[in-house]
Amino acid sequence: MPSSHDWINKPLGVVEAMFAQSNSNPEWEAKVLEYFKGQLKEKESHSWVPSLNDVPLHYLKPNSLVKFRCLVQDMFDPEFYMGVYETVDPSTKVLRCGKYKDVTECGVDLNSRNTVTAERQTFYCVPIPGESPWAKEISFLSAARVVPSTSYVPSRQKRSYEEDDDMDTQPQKTKWSLTELQSSSPHGNGDSKRQETEAPSSQTTAPSDCSSHLDLNFPLPGERGPACLVKVYEGLDSFKLNDTLEIYGILSVNPVLTVIVYPYRDPSLLLLNPTESMETPEEQRAHDPPASLVPRLHMLYARPLQHNNPLLPSAPTEDQSAFVSSFLVEMASVRAELLAYLTHVLLGDGLAAEYLLLHLISNVYTRRDVLPLGKFTLNLSGCPLNSYTERLYQIVQQLVPCSYRLSMSLHTMNSMRLVPKKDYVANRLVSGALQLARNTSLFLDETQLEQGQLDSSGVRNITALGNLISWQKVDYDFSYHQMEFPCNINVLVTSEGRSLLPSDCQVPLQPQVTPPNMEEYLTTIHMAQFTSQINKFRVYLSLARTLDYSISDEVTKAVEDDFVDMRKDDPQSVTAEDLHRMLVVARLLSLSLGQTTLSRDGWMRAKHIDMLRRSRTEQQKSLNGNEP
Amino acid sequence: MSSPTSTPVGSKRSRDDIPVTRKLYRNRLSESYLQILPSEVDMSSPLMYGTPSSRLEGTPRSGVRGTPVRQRPDLGSARKAPQVDLHTELPSADGAVASEQAAGQKLVIWGTDVNVGTCKEKFQRFLQRFIDPTSNEDENAGLDLNEPLYMQKLEEISVIGDPVLNVNCSHVQSFDADLYRQLISYPQEVIPTFDMAVNELFFERFPDSILEHQIQVRPYNALKTRNMRSLNPEDIDQMITISGMVIRTSQLIPEMQEAFFQCQVCAFSTRVEVDRGRIAEPAVCRNCNTTHSLALIHNRSAFSDKQMIKVQESPDDMPAGQTPHTTIVYAHNDLVDKVQPGDRINITGIYRAVPMRENPRQSTVKSVYKTHIDVIHFRKTDEKRLHGLDEDSDQKLFTEERVQTLKELAAKPDVYERLSSALAPSIYEQEDIKKGILLQLFGGTRKDFSQTGRGNFRAEVNILLCGDPGTSKSQLLQYVFNLVPRGQYTSGKGSSAVGLTAYVMKDPETKQLVLQTGALVLSDNGICCIDEFDKMSDSTRSVLHEVMEQQTISIAKAGIICQLNARTSVLAAANPVESQWNPKKTTIENIQLPHTLLSRFDLIFLMLDPQDEAYDRRLAHHLVALYYQSEEQIEEEFLDMAVLKDYIAYARTYINPRLNEEASQALIEAYVDMRKIGSGRGMVSAYPRQLESLIRLAEAHAKVRFSDKVETVDVEEAKRLHREALKQSATDPRTGFVDISILTTGMSATARKRKEEVAQALKKMIQSRGKTPAMKYQQLFDDLRGQSKAAITKDMFEEALRALADEDYLTVTGKTVRLL
Repeated sequence: MPSSHDWINKPLGVVEAMFAQSNSNPEWEAKVLEYFKGQLKEKESHSWVPSLNDVPLHYLKPNSLVKFRCLVQDMFDPEFYMGVYETVDPSTKVLRCGKYKDVTECGVDLNSRNTVTAERQTFYCVPIPGESPWAKEISFLSAARVVPSTSYVPSRQKRSYEEDDDMDTQPQKTKWSLTELQSSSPHGNGDSKRQETEAPSSQTTAPSDCSSHLDLNFPLPGERGPACLVKVYEGLDSFKLNDTLEIYGILSVNPVLTVIVYPYRDPSLLLLNPTESMETPEEQRAHDPPASLVPRLHMLYARPLQHNNPLLPSAPTEDQSAFVSSFLVEMASVRAELLAYLTHVLLGDGLAAEYLLLHLISNVYTRRDVLPLGKFTLNLSGCPLNSYTERLYQIVQQLVPCSYRLSMSLHTMNSMRLVPKKDYVANRLVSGALQLARNTSLFLDETQLEQGQLDSSGVRNITALGNLISWQKVDYDFSYHQMEFPCNINVLVTSEGRSLLPSDCQVPLQPQVTPPNMEEYLTTIHMAQFTSQINKFRVYLSLARTLDYSISDEVTKAVEDDFVDMRKDDPQSVTAEDLHRMLVVARLLSLSLGQTTLSRDGWMRAKHIDMLRRSRTEQQKSLNGNEP
Repeated sequence: MSSPTSTPVGSKRSRDDIPVTRKLYRNRLSESYLQILPSEVDMSSPLMYGTPSSRLEGTPRSGVRGTPVRQRPDLGSARKAPQVDLHTELPSADGAVASEQAAGQKLVIWGTDVNVGTCKEKFQRFLQRFIDPTSNEDENAGLDLNEPLYMQKLEEISVIGDPVLNVNCSHVQSFDADLYRQLISYPQEVIPTFDMAVNELFFERFPDSILEHQIQVRPYNALKTRNMRSLNPEDIDQMITISGMVIRTSQLIPEMQEAFFQCQVCAFSTRVEVDRGRIAEPAVCRNCNTTHSLALIHNRSAFSDKQMIKVQESPDDMPAGQTPHTTIVYAHNDLVDKVQPGDRINITGIYRAVPMRENPRQSTVKSVYKTHIDVIHFRKTDEKRLHGLDEDSDQKLFTEERVQTLKELAAKPDVYERLSSALAPSIYEQEDIKKGILLQLFGGTRKDFSQTGRGNFRAEVNILLCGDPGTSKSQLLQYVFNLVPRGQYTSGKGSSAVGLTAYVMKDPETKQLVLQTGALVLSDNGICCIDEFDKMSDSTRSVLHEVMEQQTISIAKAGIICQLNARTSVLAAANPVESQWNPKKTTIENIQLPHTLLSRFDLIFLMLDPQDEAYDRRLAHHLVALYYQSEEQIEEEFLDMAVLKDYIAYARTYINPRLNEEASQALIEAYVDMRKIGSGRGMVSAYPRQLESLIRLAEAHAKVRFSDKVETVDVEEAKRLHREALKQSATDPRTGFVDISILTTGMSATARKRKEEVAQALKKMIQSRGKTPAMKYQQLFDDLRGQSKAAITKDMFEEALRALADEDYLTVTGKTVRLL
């Protein structure tokens, strides 16, 4: 570890020095970026940078380099700022650099001819919605391993983390219990420790007391963590809404940034200085929130995240490929263990476990015109009632880095905002529960749905879910028009009968065991797993998703022949849609075994399990047919 | 300077502006010169001698005396601009400017290269001479295109009395590129000069006119910027045109232009002009020398109207995956309340950036500027939806190369096949359906028969897809919806009649009634995709009748009675009533839609599973390929979606094919043939509506070829496609013949014949029973069933009873049947 961390502690010093050397040559900007990129490339160096996700804001040094793992929730309008300005004091007239800063220092000579106006854009970023507690925990611990360059001593904070999260990390200590887990789930009432940065539940639209309570606009209710206004200087077009990024930037928490909004304005102010009075209080609140709650981050470097699994190397570098090839050897054995685990969880139903496993590694890998390819929405029907689904979700949550359970009760469907909506008064995109990062597991619990009246917003919500499943897109509501945002969300629907939502594949659950006490049963299963084991599963699921895949000409031919044969016997039995699904199943099945090409065996296996599944659904249908 | 606001001549460049745009003149003006110029120019200094107003004595000539000047807050502070003599200071000015100015005077407005005299002369020359014979703008309707355009407009002003002259910047550019450059770069100085020039000219010509105030020039259509996203710091203080949608308007803001102060001691009054939102309050009374005795009198101060408008980027201009940008726009004076939220507008204005003034006591200042646009001209792009044609509203600008590639593509002999296979490549085959949809995308030629009383002739092609669930109908609809710029996608299940047409809403704030348009109106000139057409309620469906033939929507609600244009093509998809398509039934019986509606579809396609081995093989190959081909391979095979989009847009805008002689003959023959087929069996097999469909399809096919003439090939293809569609949808399953009456009357001729037979059989049976005035319904039904050879359903029996009741032979009351 190098002795001097100036580039982390005083990044602005580095910037200023480079600016001073540059002699107004605009190339210095590229040099700055180059420098920081180079520093971060060094082995492990990125882990020395304290993370906003892990360290509370008040422990971080202002104007130091920090990183932030986040989702771009909203993009504000571009703004012009003084890139270079001259100080007003004639005795010390110097050029200064305004880049990576929110405020100017000393007086500014507004009439100077050396002023350079430049453009930047602000992104409103929130922590990745639905990030699983274990993912947060592990990234936190790995960050705490290296001595952070701040005055902050992480052990204190760590203890408080342990209070609510230790059952996740050390289940072998038998501290883990489902009731405890429930209390730490987002639906628990939560503790009031970090009340100030906790999002109010998004059901309460436009709270009347928003002056006292800042709405941080998190997509999911009950989320917490710092939101951040990220100032972006370069490559504006390369960022998209809902991108997950790891941003390295200079932290700015200057109290000047806080705009005090007076409830009653001075009317003369309005008369004489209309430019500033034009923003509504709502807009000011959304765009200039107190820096102590929503810090500003001046981006120096951003890395798009393929996944947010802290157990996997995040950058596609050499060590990742080494990591992948070493893990591929284990792949088949881990798969078998995971399958056994899931079978237990699904009450001994091996087929459902197989499908759940395939679902968990599914991924929209490309789109042909409007058709998303690779999506695999699973409808697990015939779920036992009495909070079985809740437990099931908790187990899924333990396996994937990002997830959210949407309990589809009549009340939530009618009252919850799923689709993000543009609020023109505050000029921001009010988030909804469907604004999720890529590869988030969305767990729709239809067992919670009871009979009753859906109102118009309920119908809209159901339609939005249907669109999400069928086309993997969400139509954001811009009031005068809708805008389509493609997404990549794994949807798992649990229901009693067939789901009212469309799905790619329905598997009726056939429990082989009926444990008298479901909770106890599931708890014991979970406890039997060691953390190392669970971690293996986590790596496995994230990794299998990223593998490449191809089909050889030979196998293509075989599949074609097979399809023609199947149609010959009974054209009604196999349709194009079935072929679509079987091809997806075959793809996922191959990937789950670590095979990157489809083999004949793989195809036969896929056909086989699909047959099993279909016979099961047929059976279900005829059963239902007998009792009208 | 007794009255500082007498003329809106060139204003001083405010020195607080962002100096980025100063690069231009910074090079030209010497350093020493800049130091001579203090920020506040002394009005008596010799620098002011060239101010236009001093030379011209306000506005010139007679008639002007009664016409007050109106301030132009849109151009910033209405102060004089000092002019500077470039001649001595800068002998080495750049070529073009120098040579031009060598002959005349060398005075330019400070900070620019604008010479007031030259500029004025040029503009007057432009007004007097500019002729645009090819103009097709609606503003110029009724003007003689071979006369100087703007002189006619001045004449119009003298008649109507609206003292605003809109000037198309592209006209200025084509007339004098240098003048255009100056206008774009220094609007704040050049536009007042234009004002001056125009007033001089106007009052010379119409000395007796009385106007509310002097004429103001409003340039529009600056070619500089089109897209809000492309605005950057270089554009500050320049004139720009952007397009967007109004999302919010503020209330009217009175903005002080001139403050009126009165001395409390001696009642001496003085006026102080507001300079960039600040008033310099006079500390000492000039009359009695009392300090701090002056008080602001609000009633006598001058105010102007101002409104803040927020404009959002229009969705078509945005890159995918980003949120739309918004911009603040200030409207002044009579432009206030010209636009409403939801309007799509083109704004021409001056782009401004103002430093944020924080608390002056703090030394640190936010380094951010506030930007806005001072609007000079609004142009609504969708206002013509209520009346007339708006071909130019969404005219896309194509680059030369693009047009070239499109034309090359059109010249290929297989362009029709190419395009149709490029349509929704992920959906396998269904060639004819894709061809049909392709023709729908192009549409027919719009014809106007309003002189002969027929009104508009529908040019849009409507298509209905029926078929088994899961035959990728929805996918096709989604694709089309994504392809066309004005597409709407609704589902029959979720939409109501108002959601499709329009509804009247009361704005909660203003209590104003607002017309909210629904999917059909929104897709005017586009395609409205309606999924699950069969699930639509009857009342909803009934609004479609008007749309699909007359192409209008009539609204009579809450005091608003109007007719909106809805020239939309309808692409609908319907599922059979039974879960599976029953090949033994007719189309009508399968989808249970009223025949009145069905006959309005030009093409009705069945999407059925073909169930044949070769097809299966190709389908399998296609699907498997979908799952492993890389993106590059896919692009090689098919046309880019963007090219297809442009191709369609180009053809729709620029190609208007007409029938040639042979084609008309071919059409006549085709129609006669169609009529003949049926007449042999005593059926009508074609109606004029089918002929119209054929014409539309032929025209659309000619558009695909980029041909201005509809030729026989087009008619042949139209005939083929029409026949294919009929074969699928109008084949009588009982006889195997194509019978158009299935679609037009809802019943095939054979079915009608059979209905009569059943009624006759029933009558015979009743007659054979003798005198029984009343019979049991159920018994009669059973008897008839027993007697008849063919199976008789309850529906058929009831229909027969109804037929006999119509003949006044019997009546049905409850469960008994009485003879009359």
